[in-house]
Amino acid sequence: MTTQVDYNLRELLAANGSNVLEDKRSVFVGTGLPIIAGMLAKKTHAPDLFMVFEAGGVGPRLRELPISVGDSRTINMAVSASSMHDVMSALQAGYTDFGFLGAAQMDAYGNLNTTLIGNHDLPKTRLPGSGGANDIGSLAHRLVIIIGNQSKRTFVEKLDFLTTPGYLDGPGAREKAGLPKNSGPYRVITQLAVFGFDDATKKLKLVSLHPGVTVEEVKDNSSFDIIIPDTVKTSYIPTSEDLRILREELDPSGIILGK
Amino acid sequence: MEVLHEGKGELIGWHDPDDNREFVLKNKSRELKDKRTTAENAVNQYVHDGDYIASGGFGHTRVSMAIVYEIIRQKKRNLVMAGKTAVHDIDLLIGAGCVNKCEVAYSFGHELRGLSPASRRMVESGKCKVAAEISNAGYQWRFLAGMMGLPFIPSRTMLGTDTGAYSSAKVVKDPFSGKPITLLPAAYPDAAFIHVHRCDMYGNCQIDSIGVEDFELARCARRLIITTEEIIDNEEIRKEPWRTTIPFYVVDAVVEQPYGSHPCNMSGLYWFDEDVIGEWLRVSRTDEGVEEYLKKYVYDTNSFDEYLEVCGGIKMLNYLKRREIYHEPFKPVAYK
Repeated sequence: MTTQVDYNLRELLAANGSNVLEDKRSVFVGTGLPIIAGMLAKKTHAPDLFMVFEAGGVGPRLRELPISVGDSRTINMAVSASSMHDVMSALQAGYTDFGFLGAAQMDAYGNLNTTLIGNHDLPKTRLPGSGGANDIGSLAHRLVIIIGNQSKRTFVEKLDFLTTPGYLDGPGAREKAGLPKNSGPYRVITQLAVFGFDDATKKLKLVSLHPGVTVEEVKDNSSFDIIIPDTVKTSYIPTSEDLRILREELDPSGIILGK
Repeated sequence: MEVLHEGKGELIGWHDPDDNREFVLKNKSRELKDKRTTAENAVNQYVHDGDYIASGGFGHTRVSMAIVYEIIRQKKRNLVMAGKTAVHDIDLLIGAGCVNKCEVAYSFGHELRGLSPASRRMVESGKCKVAAEISNAGYQWRFLAGMMGLPFIPSRTMLGTDTGAYSSAKVVKDPFSGKPITLLPAAYPDAAFIHVHRCDMYGNCQIDSIGVEDFELARCARRLIITTEEIIDNEEIRKEPWRTTIPFYVVDAVVEQPYGSHPCNMSGLYWFDEDVIGEWLRVSRTDEGVEEYLKKYVYDTNSFDEYLEVCGGIKMLNYLKRREIYHEPFKPVAYK
């Protein structure tokens, strides 16, 4: 009877991740939500989006959600099953339009931490480390970041460890460090909103609010100041078709979206 | 070249290229000889306490678990391991007390399955030291430099970050572009172990999936143990030589071990055994759980074939084969 579209937060994240991606472009995806966002984009507005996995899977027709960015699902009907050297070289040479990452902490410049909480020699919490994140954040033309638990603990003034470069400490810092031109963070998607980066300061700037979320909530869930523009749009709302694809085709067991 | 920054990470596994050429000259045979042996003999001969080791494959995919278990069984100690997206292998080896130092690109996590309780506990209590950080491309290219017989290779990653500051790389001013660039030191693991789909008795290997870093790792490692699903005739290799991704002259030992990557995924042959991986993640939350797991699957089994029986034998293997080719649906498993 009801046609009211009801979705959970992870479905909202996945749909907004998908919405950022463009057709006929390449995306280098990390494990989890980035994979499912890429898969959704391919099944909706971006059928010729071409996904690359860091272990060597290139352009697959994914039939089932990969558990790992190196498992056999990542080469199902792929155009190439190559190597890390091959795909990382292509990334460095400029063939990768979008990078897609998650993180435990982010600062105002979009720098990311996935290495540790505490200090390096005896960390309070040891996390996995860079993996391919530093490479993707250094070398992709446009980096998309998904953080599903925006709070004062994840949006921090100072990272415990700067694993992956955003805009480092401001305008011109990436180029000064030797990172490629025309690269860096492009969008940040959280459970509350979608953000971009201010051209002049390279600091985080609100782009759109998810339905029912206020500017105050966005500000209250950050340790640093977020630039709020005069006009704020409403974020992409998952369509019933998006939700059908996510639930029935991409993740029927809820391994990512059910969390 | 002007050095702009030096990473403070420990330089692991680097040798002067001339010294490594000398090692190759003296120790690596060019003879087409039968290298078949057992996992027990291969580990006994080529993995020594204190060695710097590296495992092939990626995460839980195409990992030589036959060698990982044998290293644990032989109670090797003070190993230094390349954390080049090392997941199940490094978690077990740290948990078992074999590895107490590592250089980390990606470790202590199991991707979607969650973080690794055993190895995190060892790092957070200071029992296992993270001697250097690096990125995945960075580690990959350390192997590439080693394979090429170079002291280092330039890259545009890790610049401006703590990953770079805690690595063993140096940042210099590139004499061509004038821009800062990272120089990654070559890596020469003392021993590497790689699982392949098939090879001949000399070690000419075919891999029916992504190569990950194994093309380069095989060629920079000082000693290389190959485990293989099957051994085929050298004539078969020669019919399709373009499929040989690892050539015999870099291989020191060949161990035939069907299902030798279980519980990891072997492309086209078998899917992850989530029951075993899930059990490890659940029980490894305590030191006692780690001991019980290792006793059940490693110490109380004398061979990999015995281990496969403990895991469920032919019934389990048939299920994993069907699951790999999409003939069985996804089955949820508790990882916590």
